[in-house]
Amino acid sequence: MTAPLTERASRRTKGEEPAVRLDGVSKIYGQGKNGLLALDNISLSVEPGEFVSLLGASGCGKSTLLSLVAGLDKPTAGTLGTGGRKIAMMFQEPALFPWLTVAANVEMALRVQGVGKKERQERAAEFLDIVHLGGFGAKRPHELSGGMRQRVSLARALAQEADVLLMDEPFGALDAMTRDLLHDELERIWQKRGLSVLFVTHNVREAVRLGDRVVLLSSRPGKVAEEFPVDIERPRVTDSPEVAELASAITNRLRQEVLRHGR
Amino acid sequence: MAVDQASAADRPADVHARQLAGLDALELGGATSSGLAVRLWGRLWPMLLAVAIVLAIWQGIVWSGRWPEYVFAGPAETFGKLGERLSDAEYWQAIGVTMRRAVTGFAISVLVGLVIGALVSRIKVLRAAFGSLITGLQTMPSIAWFPLAILLFGLTESAITFVVILGAAPSIANGLITGVDYTPPILLRASHVLGFRRLQLYRHVILPASLPSFLAGLKQGWAFAWRSLMAGELVVIIAHQSSLGERLYYDRELADSAGLLGTMIVILVIGIGIDLLFETGDNALRRRWGLQQVRN
Repeated sequence: MTAPLTERASRRTKGEEPAVRLDGVSKIYGQGKNGLLALDNISLSVEPGEFVSLLGASGCGKSTLLSLVAGLDKPTAGTLGTGGRKIAMMFQEPALFPWLTVAANVEMALRVQGVGKKERQERAAEFLDIVHLGGFGAKRPHELSGGMRQRVSLARALAQEADVLLMDEPFGALDAMTRDLLHDELERIWQKRGLSVLFVTHNVREAVRLGDRVVLLSSRPGKVAEEFPVDIERPRVTDSPEVAELASAITNRLRQEVLRHGR
Repeated sequence: MAVDQASAADRPADVHARQLAGLDALELGGATSSGLAVRLWGRLWPMLLAVAIVLAIWQGIVWSGRWPEYVFAGPAETFGKLGERLSDAEYWQAIGVTMRRAVTGFAISVLVGLVIGALVSRIKVLRAAFGSLITGLQTMPSIAWFPLAILLFGLTESAITFVVILGAAPSIANGLITGVDYTPPILLRASHVLGFRRLQLYRHVILPASLPSFLAGLKQGWAFAWRSLMAGELVVIIAHQSSLGERLYYDRELADSAGLLGTMIVILVIGIGIDLLFETGDNALRRRWGLQQVRN
């Protein structure tokens, strides 16, 4: 487990362009006086191979921010770049196609690139193996549990062979035990594949458990409130005292942010 | 168990994989389904009961003497007459003519509905112009089209087909449009991130996603087609071409109550039979998609 760590550190060399870079990004919904400022002048970057947790209470525009990076929406002001890198995204729902089998769902990532049928099948099987769902390719999404569906969704995102993985509270709807296992899973895959991850969550411990850095957003409008580097050795455990300690510090800061809106 | 844990402790990835596999197995559980015969009987007996009740009411009305039997025949006489007719090749020809018209009319309706539905759902201007018109057409009673159809096409099969298409195509188009409109936004977002655009998005995501709604449109379209067809066959009598509607017409002219009721039963049974076909398709789709209701 230590080898990938050093590998990762070496990848994160200075001078290399960030995998994701936001410069003074603002987003206003609606127009004129009725416009709602969702994101206010956000500057943020994710280095290649870095895992950044984006944390905030509701209404901080976390999901909006991811949509902007994914190109699902356009910023009102500011610039946003991924240096031409490919982007994959996971949502809170698995967002699987119900009319396709599990394997065919993963294949969709390859089909759009015009990969031939045989190669598609082989590669989809590989990606399902990575998330430990090798034997479930012929099933339909509804036959799987929530955690398994989310893993299929992860396999599909991995199949895009993207450099940047955006995750929008992907484990929010899962029970604690499944979530813990998927954290381990994600950490392993991220280290092995050298992905750059921007992970949105409202769960402080989850943010600390996974991130190299936790970026705290304030609410209404969404602004970067503070950044916390996480210097805890991997692999981490959610219940460890180190994680708990930093999490409680961040929670206090988050509480201040929420209190500002109570008045 | 203790031995297991000790040996696997060297390889956390293994433990991890096995934990996941254990959770997966627990979550999936085992579903048992009852046998085919039991399920078939479970569906069959309510239908048989319904038929028995209807027959009893029918016989009751006949016995009440409200109408003389030559005006309102009883079940026994009706089924006797129907059996007689069903052993007659000419009657089968009449059924054949009606079915041919139904199938052609419906097939053309599907084509027209698909083309219109696809265009209207894709092109905003068309949507604004024709969206509500299509829904409006659905509420137009098909019999109201016949005077115009007869003026345009005369007393021909084309007149009937014309009205069948006007009856069925709007429902089919509407089914497709609704399906496209109600494609879950999350699937569209996911597809966008995967890289699907325009035609590919249509072919691989939007069309399959709209299938359940399209199927519902087909089913409704069939019901409208069948109704329009019967209305048409009663109004447009074509010489030397016997059909079910034409049979109804002459049975009334000849005051053949048993024959008339028998033909009505044939029309009902065909309608129900085809509806069952659509339902079977719909159920198969629902099972595949995991939309079916949980049956205990």
